[in-house]
Amino acid sequence: MAGAAVVVLQRDLLLAARRPGEWLQPLAFFVIVTVLFPLAVEPELSRLRQLAPGALWVALLLASLLALDFLFREDRRDGTLEQYVVSGQSFTALLMAKTAAHWLLTGLPLALVGPLTAISLGAPVQAVPVVLLALLLGSVSLSLIGSIGAGLTLGVRSGGALLSLLVLPLVMPVLVFGARATTLAIAGDDASGALYLLAASGVLSLTLAPLAAAAAVRISLE
Amino acid sequence: MNWVWFHRFGSPPYFYRMAGRWAPWFLALAALLLPVGLYGGLAVAPTDYYQSDVFRIIYVHVPTAYLSVMTYTWMALAAAVALIWRIKVCHAIAAACAPAGAMFTAVALATGMIWGQPTWGTYWAWDPRIISELFVLFFFLGYIALRGAIEDRDRADRSSAVLAVVGVVNVPIVHYSVDWWNSLHQGPTLMRADGPAMPMSMAWPLLVMLASYTFFFVAIMLMRARAEVLRRERGGAWLREELARLGAAT
Amino acid sequence: MREFLDMNGYGTYVWSAYGIAIGGLVLSVYLARRQLRLARDEARRRLAMQEVS
Repeated sequence: MAGAAVVVLQRDLLLAARRPGEWLQPLAFFVIVTVLFPLAVEPELSRLRQLAPGALWVALLLASLLALDFLFREDRRDGTLEQYVVSGQSFTALLMAKTAAHWLLTGLPLALVGPLTAISLGAPVQAVPVVLLALLLGSVSLSLIGSIGAGLTLGVRSGGALLSLLVLPLVMPVLVFGARATTLAIAGDDASGALYLLAASGVLSLTLAPLAAAAAVRISLE
Repeated sequence: MNWVWFHRFGSPPYFYRMAGRWAPWFLALAALLLPVGLYGGLAVAPTDYYQSDVFRIIYVHVPTAYLSVMTYTWMALAAAVALIWRIKVCHAIAAACAPAGAMFTAVALATGMIWGQPTWGTYWAWDPRIISELFVLFFFLGYIALRGAIEDRDRADRSSAVLAVVGVVNVPIVHYSVDWWNSLHQGPTLMRADGPAMPMSMAWPLLVMLASYTFFFVAIMLMRARAEVLRRERGGAWLREELARLGAAT
Repeated sequence: MREFLDMNGYGTYVWSAYGIAIGGLVLSVYLARRQLRLARDEARRRLAMQEVS
């Protein structure tokens, strides 16, 4: 079972390497959105600093939603997804491998770029480690919960908008805890409480989301 | 557990007829209790010391809020049963809950907003209970939207059932949000270990309104579920008989 | 009667809240009945078409 999952993971990463546009787009979107904030609001750093946590996490959320589009799209189109279901391997495990690959391509880069944009929005350099950790933890939850929505809306017309409507209520806690952690980090306060909550959401998502996503995809493929 | 009843209940014609017999009773009971509750809440209950007469909004706000969460839970339960035991009638029941649930949630939010202005000084607040109630509305709307977007009925049933079950994590959050966070909302007044915090003269109309709204919900749910069962029926003999029995009367 | 409508100055709030609540209830019941009626008509039509074919 682990072998098959690793194969799927490697395959997804390899295919993505050939289509860099696909996973670079959410990243570009993220940077553009965070740049928009200082342009729209007065670019005075102390003001931006107050906006930064909210702007950062909303941008992360939107970029992640955008990225979910390609989680299942190609594999559904060419029938690979169906092959996974009937392969006799644990479909949940294969799905987790796909989601892991997707996170490595979207969540991880976003989390790495995030602190830089945070600094551009006035965050002090000392805040970077906490912000980075928060983004890493949060993005994991976003990918996992997002996969449920992607599974439910597979092949549905205007699925993108519907996906957002379905996923947003589920990921709100991540947004709240993540922004809280970022605010505390920027202010120089202890953010461990919020980070623990982010970690807890991540663990909860890791245990429950793959099951729900697998069920959703199975239903959608029939 | 009487499994015979359970399986009989899952048969569309049985459910259709049973629901048809019960719905009018629930509707009648609800309609009877409503004026009693309204009279009790608006006229009989004594004026509150702190909030004066505006506290009377409680008699519509709490029942609708409570029911919005109960409706969602019921919908999620029906969805889970439908997925696990593959009982089609339960899909119909789940589908029937969503529109009424969305309405209750919207009314709860609206009455809450109206109540908030004179008491908290604001129509809206980013309070955990309000937010989680808003999410209940999003989940209901998302459920309805997902059902509408998928053409194949079976797939629509099962995908939306998964969504309903996933969204049930929000329900304990709504309920416990007042305990976990500093909230504008007060803690539980009725369901407490040491009895209600309200005097009986104020509490009884609330219980009556709660009962009335619940019976309204059951009646609405049964009616809509019957409609769903009809839509799914592909021409069983029972359908022919049923429609013939109704004749030209609509 | 006037005091009843006025609700110690909170009349607008109380009555608009109650109006929304009762209105929503009536609407819900009406829509549910309507759905049942539409489904019945639809089923009748479907059966009629099946008979023809």
